[in-house]
Amino acid sequence: MCTRTVSTLAHVFEAAGLATIALGSQRNQIVNTAPPRGLWCDFPLGRPLGKPGDPEFQHRVLTAAFALLDATEPVFAEFEEAIIDDGSDVVSCALPPRSDPDAHPAIDEANGLRPAYDRAVAEHGNRIGAGRAIDADHIADAIDAFIRVMDGVAWKDAEIPGVPARVSQDIRGYYETALLGLVDHAPSAWSGTRWFLDETEAGKVILGARAQMKADDVKFPVWFYMAPGDR
Amino acid sequence: MADSDVKALTDNIETPTFESTAFTKPPPLGEATVALVTTASLHHGDQEDFTPTDIGYRVLDGSRRDYQTGHWSPNFDAVGFAYDMNTVLPLDRLDELAASGVIGKVSEHHLSYSGNQFDLTGVRMDSGPAGAKWLKDQGVDIVLFTPI
Repeated sequence: MCTRTVSTLAHVFEAAGLATIALGSQRNQIVNTAPPRGLWCDFPLGRPLGKPGDPEFQHRVLTAAFALLDATEPVFAEFEEAIIDDGSDVVSCALPPRSDPDAHPAIDEANGLRPAYDRAVAEHGNRIGAGRAIDADHIADAIDAFIRVMDGVAWKDAEIPGVPARVSQDIRGYYETALLGLVDHAPSAWSGTRWFLDETEAGKVILGARAQMKADDVKFPVWFYMAPGDR
Repeated sequence: MADSDVKALTDNIETPTFESTAFTKPPPLGEATVALVTTASLHHGDQEDFTPTDIGYRVLDGSRRDYQTGHWSPNFDAVGFAYDMNTVLPLDRLDELAASGVIGKVSEHHLSYSGNQFDLTGVRMDSGPAGAKWLKDQGVDIVLFTPI
């Protein structure tokens, strides 16, 4: 939806006397909204400049974008190179070993990832990590609430510390930030999310709680936005 | 789970129509002031977070680097931005272009909206024009929009 929104805003800003260039990640949305100057970059959602940590590539995108300012009428162009995620790329990293055999595996895992999370925040800042609904010190408590949901406790009685979608975003953000403390490169698009949802105990808890809420006929928006919509 | 699977969720979403397309002639890029506007729901930690149906914008201080996303959608890869903010907000790249004279100046301020607008009326009729006026008043000539 972001491509539709930036394209709409480009119309509005242009009408106010600003020259605009809109980057778009979804072709149909940018073509159909038709901003004054649109550059479709066939890159994964979340990466409008294409490649994190690659200034040369980012400059290529900007050069192509600013070249549209030479047009004398509305223009649409496609960036010369696509970045395709086909769902097969996975991140390989070792999760911390169990340290507390009495704790639920997801809680033990989340606590074990804290040093990696702190390293990543120190290096990259807290851009996506915890802090929307809960801070890093309360990730384990939030996972515990979703474990209760997964085990059949009604979500309103499970003591989820906020809107379920927001809390699950914090947990996912905590893990995806921690991932940056475990690897020495920028993970490919979506591989961090796949790692969280498919490889970690906390990811299994989120998907399990979400499935339970769906089965319990909880209102669609309450459970649906706890994970990407295709899951 | 692939990027194309997520894109397919909104690929054919209804889009607004515009009776005409405004078109502003920019000054030469080497003399222009350039700002970024993103729909990644970025904000500074000391600013108000975005609400689920937030149509407003946040003013981003270009001299800071503590941007964080308050986007409510789970349907994008966030790790690229976590690793390198320039993946979404290419301020370092603009600074380099200004230093080399390709662009005249980087605006001191930039804007961020929330992209998950199911109803675009608010940003089209209210916060969009307000944000445009705000940047115009700052002396901005050219705006680069980035989605997430």
